[in-house]
Amino acid sequence: MEDMIFYDRLQFAFTITFHYIFPQLTMGLSLMIVYFKWKFLRNKIEKYNNAAKFFMKIFAVNFTMGVITGIPMEFQFGTNWAKFSELTGGIIGQTLAMEGTFSFFLESSFLALFIFGEKLMGQKLHFLTGFLVFLGSWGSGYFILATNAWMQHPVGYEILDNGTYVLENFSALFKNPWLLPTFLHNQMASLITSAFVVASIGAFYILRNKNKEYGKLFLKTGVVFGFTASVLVAFPTGDWNAKNVAKYQPASFAAMEGIFETEPKGAEIVLIGQPNMVEKKLDNKIAVPNILSFLTYQEWDRQILGMDKFKKEELPDNIPALYYAYHIMVGLGTIFIGIMGLSAFFLWRKKLYTIKPLLWGIMFLVPFPYIANLTGWYVAELGRQPYLVYGLLKTSDGISPTVSSGNTLFTLLGFVALYMLLGLLFLVLVGKTIHQGPKPQKH
Amino acid sequence: MELFWYIIIATILTVFFILDGYDFGAGIIHLFFAKKEKDKEVITKSAGLFWDSNEVWLVAAGGTLFMAFPTFYASVFSGFYLPLIIVLWLIIFRAMGLEFRGQFSYQMWKDIWDKSFGISSLLLAFFFGVALGNIVRGVNLGAVENGVSVHEGHFFFLPLWNSDFSPLNETPGVIDWFTIIIGLISVVVLAIHGANWIVLKTKSSINEKLKTIVFRLNIVLLLLTILSVIVWLNINPNAFSNFVERPYLFVFPLVYLSGLIGLFFIKRLEKDIYSFILSTLLIIGGITASLASLFPVILPSTNNVNESLTIYNTAASEYGLSVALNWGIIGFILLFVYMIIQKRLMGGKIDDMDYGH
Repeated sequence: MEDMIFYDRLQFAFTITFHYIFPQLTMGLSLMIVYFKWKFLRNKIEKYNNAAKFFMKIFAVNFTMGVITGIPMEFQFGTNWAKFSELTGGIIGQTLAMEGTFSFFLESSFLALFIFGEKLMGQKLHFLTGFLVFLGSWGSGYFILATNAWMQHPVGYEILDNGTYVLENFSALFKNPWLLPTFLHNQMASLITSAFVVASIGAFYILRNKNKEYGKLFLKTGVVFGFTASVLVAFPTGDWNAKNVAKYQPASFAAMEGIFETEPKGAEIVLIGQPNMVEKKLDNKIAVPNILSFLTYQEWDRQILGMDKFKKEELPDNIPALYYAYHIMVGLGTIFIGIMGLSAFFLWRKKLYTIKPLLWGIMFLVPFPYIANLTGWYVAELGRQPYLVYGLLKTSDGISPTVSSGNTLFTLLGFVALYMLLGLLFLVLVGKTIHQGPKPQKH
Repeated sequence: MELFWYIIIATILTVFFILDGYDFGAGIIHLFFAKKEKDKEVITKSAGLFWDSNEVWLVAAGGTLFMAFPTFYASVFSGFYLPLIIVLWLIIFRAMGLEFRGQFSYQMWKDIWDKSFGISSLLLAFFFGVALGNIVRGVNLGAVENGVSVHEGHFFFLPLWNSDFSPLNETPGVIDWFTIIIGLISVVVLAIHGANWIVLKTKSSINEKLKTIVFRLNIVLLLLTILSVIVWLNINPNAFSNFVERPYLFVFPLVYLSGLIGLFFIKRLEKDIYSFILSTLLIIGGITASLASLFPVILPSTNNVNESLTIYNTAASEYGLSVALNWGIIGFILLFVYMIIQKRLMGGKIDDMDYGH
């Protein structure tokens, strides 16, 4: 039983991590493509149109990857989490089905039209297809987060005698206080990823002295979008989420902040330290007193419950992983504000394109927004443990009863091998697109 | 309300097999009959332009099935664990074949992805037929051994095959000689469908030859269909009782038969679209006739301990189903509208369309 749970969780964690490399880029990038296309409609400068089409190529590769790694996610609810699906399908099936029918459909139908139909449709319709792709991709994010929000903070349900969760109030699923903050936070985070990708391709072109006019356009646009999103991801959306966790999942809040002992008055904020689960304390801790209470409640002396106030079975089952995921996310978020702020400053002073160290920095920082996005999701998912539906349904009660661990390990190994191959090919293709550059190719 | 959602989901699934069916079929034709580079390229394109928007129907079917019949979804997806995951891998390989082929222009690269596209299309067509065969044949619900359920009555787990490959075994495997026959029917039907699609959408040099191929495949299909009916009646003597009790259900097998008979006249048809419509009838008829023979059961139990899964004992709550109807109707109108817009804009032969890259 234990190893069944372990392999089911490992397979889901692996496949969702790999999957989420792609949608986090496409969601943000679709907005930036709409921006480029819109600028072109306004000023008729060909450069903007080429930029839109160039990034749509990168979008398309990522979208394909997202589709083929996304179908396994939908299937796995049934294959590996059958009991969970049986009990809650009447509720989360609603939002998942809406994602498939409305958003995913919109995105994939109009992506093909955007890529192949520019001459056929004329510029205004072409812009419209781009906009619909954006709408579809953000809609997908919204419905997936509505599903996740219900698991984090269940609302609008009723539990029958046989343990089945039945929907009682449909609109409650969308009025869930958990939904809007996570949706906005997640979208801003994905905008950071795409802004860094756009900016780093720009920096690369400038540093290589190739496609320089595009390099400047990409860098400028990336920095403006990146700085805005970096600020918004922390405040107000990140702050809003932290307050939600403190309010609805206090045990997870204590664990992610690394508060082992409840302090009599205001709680300190931990900057660095390693959780020591044997002695129940942080090793090598650096912390600032009272700040956490202030950030969470705007009161310096407000008490915040530590992990000592919760029973063991209420606490997440992997506290160090949760703690690190959270601190990596916050730490990287802070770095993004710094580097994007600095770049925005030099952009304003019209010096950005000549400051080489900064360009190198932007170029090499590109993996880190991905890490920040993924660790952010780890915080949400590890923080929800040991539950699938917070406070109600244990993760261990959700797995497929008939699928043995040997079978799950078999399929997990298959996914690992296949995704390694897929990842390699993905890098080759994106590399090739960047190498070819945004200038129209002569046939 | 259960019945309504059953019809909607059956419709979505059928549309999925009609649409993605032609690109599976194109893959099968590509594997066996396309020899010249130009033909290979244009056949890949006839699938590559459409596969992802076609596969959206699979996602929609999965999502609505999850929402409306969660118990069925949980039971079937965990019970058919291995074949489903293998299908996922094949879908990935197929997509890689379609998307990566054109990225580099040297022959070896193209050959690799051609095989990836062709072989996974063939296996997927086979596995989808096998899946239908399994649903029709039924499974050992509750994993009953010696009259006792090992699991809850609606859960089961099927091995890929049993030592004797027999559908009459107490715990049948996914692949037995009955499901193999249905799998082969599926391969032949989709190959015909794909060939018709290629003739309709491309100017490939093998178009005329494909019509002869369709004619020959159709003979094979006729024989396989007769064989499957005989075997089916051997496994389950009551297999057609639904049709006897409700004679109007005969319309579904008739749809299949009309497609089958019509395709024998493929060379005399004036327009290419007619033969495509006929193979569409094959798919519609094949799926609906199988479902109608079971109705209201959606997964028969092969033991006497646990009852079969029906649309009534696996459905979500009444409230959930009716509230989903509100967005469902809008959703499904939109699905069809998107599809029509897309097919319109990409109508006609696709040879000269610029396929990205």
